[in-house]
Amino acid sequence: MGNSSTSRGRFGIHGGQYIPETLMNAVLELEEAYDRYSRDPSFNAELTNLFNDYAGRPSLLYFAANMTADLGGAKVYLKREDLNHTGAHKINNVLGQALLAKRMGKTRLIAETGAGQHGVATATAAALMGMECVVYMGREDMRRQALNVYRMRLLGAEVRGVDAGTATLKDAVSETFREWTSRIDDTHYCLGSVMGPHPFPTIVRDFQAVISRESRAQILAVEGRLPDAVLACVGGGSNAIGSFYHFIPDKTVRLIGCEAAGRGIDTWETAATISTGRLGIFHGMKSYFCQDEYGQIAPVYSISAGLDYPGVGPEHAALHDSGRAEYVAVTDDEAVNAFEYLSRTEGVIPAIESAHAVAHAMKLAPRMSADQILVVTLSGRGDKDVAAIARYRGEDLHE
Amino acid sequence: MSCIADAFAASPNGKAFIPFITAGDPTLEVTEQLVVGMAQAGADLIELGIPFSDPTAEGPVIQEANLRALRNRATTDDVFAMVERVRVICNVPLVIMTYANVVFSYGIERFAARQAELGMGGVILPDVPHEEKEEFSEPFAAAGLDVVSLIAPTSHERIRAIARDASGFVYCVSSLGVTGVRSEINTDITSMVRLVKEERPDLPCAVGFGISTPIQAARMAAVSDGAIVGSAIVRMIGEHGSSCVEPVCAYVRDMATAVHSV
Repeated sequence: MGNSSTSRGRFGIHGGQYIPETLMNAVLELEEAYDRYSRDPSFNAELTNLFNDYAGRPSLLYFAANMTADLGGAKVYLKREDLNHTGAHKINNVLGQALLAKRMGKTRLIAETGAGQHGVATATAAALMGMECVVYMGREDMRRQALNVYRMRLLGAEVRGVDAGTATLKDAVSETFREWTSRIDDTHYCLGSVMGPHPFPTIVRDFQAVISRESRAQILAVEGRLPDAVLACVGGGSNAIGSFYHFIPDKTVRLIGCEAAGRGIDTWETAATISTGRLGIFHGMKSYFCQDEYGQIAPVYSISAGLDYPGVGPEHAALHDSGRAEYVAVTDDEAVNAFEYLSRTEGVIPAIESAHAVAHAMKLAPRMSADQILVVTLSGRGDKDVAAIARYRGEDLHE
Repeated sequence: MSCIADAFAASPNGKAFIPFITAGDPTLEVTEQLVVGMAQAGADLIELGIPFSDPTAEGPVIQEANLRALRNRATTDDVFAMVERVRVICNVPLVIMTYANVVFSYGIERFAARQAELGMGGVILPDVPHEEKEEFSEPFAAAGLDVVSLIAPTSHERIRAIARDASGFVYCVSSLGVTGVRSEINTDITSMVRLVKEERPDLPCAVGFGISTPIQAARMAAVSDGAIVGSAIVRMIGEHGSSCVEPVCAYVRDMATAVHSV
């Protein structure tokens, strides 16, 4: 299955640009602009200012002393992306892409969103930079996340419901691509994860790499050594690739991606792509996808709307193939337990997505020694999940 | 190379009318009748869609047809089995329209071999642009089949390179956006076709996206080598269900007549 000689943006056999011809010049133009501005000192200075003065970076690397004492093994550090403006890592990528789009002369941002975090971040950047914003969201997700829908509207964005297919994240991605093919000149598709056609997986990774650029320096400053493992949750994989990136050359550091197993990887109600998927081509990229024997994309399930996606970014697929990163599956039950555990133990309510990484840290830390170190990325805060977790526990709480 | 080029050559005026239907919508039995009926009604080449769960290049009408067909569990193997039944009585040129993952998942070489066995022309894959084509076109060419290239209103300077590597015919996308009926088509189709012809004078070039009336079809065929119609037919199938064969074939007759009278 040799790669086409002109194919761009490959991570091993993964990646590429599997999109309609109508969009090809748009992604080529984006690639060219990114090549230019990513080397432009004024662009980078402006982005650093936005990161520091608007989003509140650098984010803290917090030593979770109570959790460490309770688990009785490795020292646990939390990389606090939940403390960023808008409450998640999503803002890192969005500020970068909005700035890039603005330099390219685009006046309008479109985006997909699942739980609403990326939509809120995009609406925020659009408000800040005076750009028009349209967010596509599955009708089912709009119902589940009514508060985020209102938040986006408050920020001046238009939210368009998607009724196609399963009316969730994958359908919102498809619909945003459809919209992009109909209006390209003034519009940038601000894709929310390290997925889609080249150059998106590279652009989003580079903007999210600020996470590990900081955490690597922070852990060296505090501990004088590298961690034994870095953990992050994986849906499309943007906070995970950002958390891993600057540790990839450090071969002693284990990189562990935590996928959403939903009700279990032996059930149909799962979103654990690397554990249960196989190689395919969808949403612009070659990677692993949950699909049936004829290549029909599977409906996926996780309690976490942010991990409820049937694919995974191509760089993760390649890191899995090479063995450089490991991918584990964490069930709804384990994630909800971790959500409650971190709230009680550290006074930090994590996003249910991030709770998947916390859950795996809870398994791993007790099996490690006291002089070992785990860095766990808290990709977002859990305020948005409180009602859903209450319902999971049988309390009839609605926003 | 395949039966696709012959389809254009065999038409009364060298211009092809190319209807599209989604296999399995409403059932594979009706699809079988539609293929035979549309061939008799003057279709020169038929574009047969294998349904995909997430057809990202389609508007609402064809999206719904894909979902209907999948609810009927029309799999790739079922579609090939249906074509096998058609081939007993009808040798109309057929090209498959589907998405990359359907072919990739089946196995590219296996898919091509099965198509060759059934005397089909090849595939149209809207999510495989020029840059990614080779992975598909090499195994298909080895089986004597075409992977049809698409050009769009945004293609500009890419058209020449695409045309150089094209085979079968060039699918000229008339408008921005996804498939669906449009009241008017404002793109300068003539210039797009001219660029193709400057590179490849003998390669047919057919226009699709947005065409629904005989007048539109004739106008597009006048500046190219044919007209492709999908959503207008698929909408009729959606409205008439299993009794769609007669109205669809009457419509195809009118459209084919318009294209052949240019």
